[in-house]
Amino acid sequence: MYPESFKTSLELVQKNREKNIAFQPERMSYEQRQRLITAFHPDYNKDAFTTLKIGANKGEKVPTELAQMLQSHSRIGAYSVDLTKPDYETDVLIIGGGGAGAVAAIEASAAGADVVIVTKLRLGDSNTGMAEGGIQAATGADDSPVLHFIDTYGGGHFAAKRELVSRLVCEAPEAILWLNELGVEFDKYADGTMLTTHGGGTARSRMHAARDLTGSEIMRTLRDEIANRKIPVIEYTSAIELILDQNGNAAGAVLMNMESGKLLVAKAKAVIIATGGAGRMHYQGFPSSNHYGATADGLVLGYRAGAKLIYADSLQYHPTGVAYPEQILGALVTEKARALGAKLVNKNGEVFVHPLETRDTTTAAIICECTKNNNGIATSRGTGVWLDTPMIEKTHGDGTIEKRLPAMLRMLKRQGIDIRKQPVLVYPTLHYQNGGLEIDQNCMTANIRNLFVAGEAAGGIHGKNRLMGNSLLDIIVFGRNAGKNAAKIAQEIKVEALTLSHIEKFEKEIIDLELEIDTVSPKLLPNYTNEKPI
Amino acid sequence: MEKLVKIFLFGKEYHVPDSLTIMTAMEYVGYRLVRGCGCRSGFCGACAAFYRINDEAAQVCLACQTSVQNNMHIAFLPSFPVERRTYDIEKLSPIESIVLQLYPEINNCIGCNVCTKNCPQGINVKEYILKAKSGDYEGCADESFECVMCGACTLKCPVGIVQPQVAMLARRINGRYLSPKSKQLEKRVTEIKNGDYCELIETLMQKPIEEIKELYNNREIK
Repeated sequence: MYPESFKTSLELVQKNREKNIAFQPERMSYEQRQRLITAFHPDYNKDAFTTLKIGANKGEKVPTELAQMLQSHSRIGAYSVDLTKPDYETDVLIIGGGGAGAVAAIEASAAGADVVIVTKLRLGDSNTGMAEGGIQAATGADDSPVLHFIDTYGGGHFAAKRELVSRLVCEAPEAILWLNELGVEFDKYADGTMLTTHGGGTARSRMHAARDLTGSEIMRTLRDEIANRKIPVIEYTSAIELILDQNGNAAGAVLMNMESGKLLVAKAKAVIIATGGAGRMHYQGFPSSNHYGATADGLVLGYRAGAKLIYADSLQYHPTGVAYPEQILGALVTEKARALGAKLVNKNGEVFVHPLETRDTTTAAIICECTKNNNGIATSRGTGVWLDTPMIEKTHGDGTIEKRLPAMLRMLKRQGIDIRKQPVLVYPTLHYQNGGLEIDQNCMTANIRNLFVAGEAAGGIHGKNRLMGNSLLDIIVFGRNAGKNAAKIAQEIKVEALTLSHIEKFEKEIIDLELEIDTVSPKLLPNYTNEKPI
Repeated sequence: MEKLVKIFLFGKEYHVPDSLTIMTAMEYVGYRLVRGCGCRSGFCGACAAFYRINDEAAQVCLACQTSVQNNMHIAFLPSFPVERRTYDIEKLSPIESIVLQLYPEINNCIGCNVCTKNCPQGINVKEYILKAKSGDYEGCADESFECVMCGACTLKCPVGIVQPQVAMLARRINGRYLSPKSKQLEKRVTEIKNGDYCELIETLMQKPIEEIKELYNNREIK
């Protein structure tokens, strides 16, 4: 139920709806987009970044909240754990039980390796399970991996590593087939043709979906497959430090039981970091669409051991997070709503941006509309603009929302809002970490041998802005590669004596620079105790 | 000034702002959640909870999606032991009785409908179990699609059916074997394997950035 104060604006939105459906706003030129982003995107808020003083990215700027975690004390001392009697020994240790970790586990296991997954909540508690709109792949007859490459590379401001983009787009169709063969359901026509939509910045309609529960459908299938393969999963246990061997290669991790606090040692021939994103770091005070455990842990683990970050200063604020009601503030309203015809409308009932610009552009446009143009609708917690969802029913017919966006319908209905008849008030929400630990084509980091990274914790695939549907894709493509490559390497190597000397080295840097640090990392979980939610 | 409501968490009384959900209310009064909290957006099923208001019947809900109300008595659904059957999706034969073979207890369903009444997603659980029993896996997959596997149905089933696992199996059979294959998808995978796009991608990768910018800025959006 919307408050009385929204009434005038809601009437204007309804009055203009037919006109707004017919109106086709122009897409911005590349230069126009750049100007808008530079002026209004949160990544360009200079006050929100801090220069790193320690580590492989010394001298570079990252979000202040991340800098604090990257430059914190370890939760343990270098000699406080006995590394000679590991609690677990395996070929491949996978840190993180989301999409990328699960995919890597399945492939490593299929390649014959012993695998252990460690995850701080339950297997499947991840951003993957919350992905709504779809997964990209150039499968259509009028599409090609070349077009997918150009969209991805351009959408990411030509900053991505080309060899990673090439891998992403060329292995995309096979990723869809692989999922389908595992039993993942996709929306199809009766003849088997995939039902696809556009995403922001795509030149072809190549978003494959399972209603608006695409990630949920993928994640539960992967989880089921892991159970069938009897891959050991250590739940409610987080990795708090990487373990290296005497040669400086990755060789395991120190684990902590999230409930008892007990420390454990896992020794492995190869380690895959698949810890996901950082939405729960709430950069710049933004609410987040991410799951509870998205606290950049993998970045901290890797960084302290000497791995390098790329584009850690580039974050994605999804344009359409819920701005009202407070109960679900920041929750995601899928881009698919705009792909199906919903447009963004200001308080006067005017369309102010093309609905399918890239996410960074749309986010900047909404912030501009709410600040400089003063055309936002005020709420008790901030401001927002309308995502006019009833346009979808008018464009594609009654029943479209129930069929294609059932999760959105349910989520808002629980709050007394029927999105078939009323628009949704939205504002950008912290959604994705565009950068991460830098990897090569085989998902390995340059500085630490036998350390692989896959999923949102990896950087360089999306450049400085990710397109819709390319993240579900990257967890599959790079999860598979990481799993296969880690399994292969595990056959060839001998692990030398284990060490945590990198912790000592890091602590020494803190002392040498006389940094005043009173925090420990990784963060593991956000602290919402005794306060109102962000 | 914010309106406060009176709630009872595991029997203990608290006063919290009415703009909170059950989950954020727990945090507001001092809980640091480890269990019973996952996506916080209604997708993951970690936070199934029971509540009762005054003398109304107890309800099952997702704590992250449910607003606190005055006089709400709240308890969380504990982790409930469930059994799932192991199978090999590759070797599974999608015959009509396969689900029944793996989960024979669905034959014991007495149709009490408690599962449906308990579902926080409003899914007709009994209906999809009946469909699975009759070999209509497509129907079972469709009806169960929005299941978040919270386990509220299983908790109260008098004959011990693990409904979410039955539905999971039906959906995988449907996705893998019964739904029509996409011929165009298979064709594209074969084309890529044959190296049909190698040269084009390779040429593109070698281009100077200005040329790729031209291609991007002038591409046709269909």
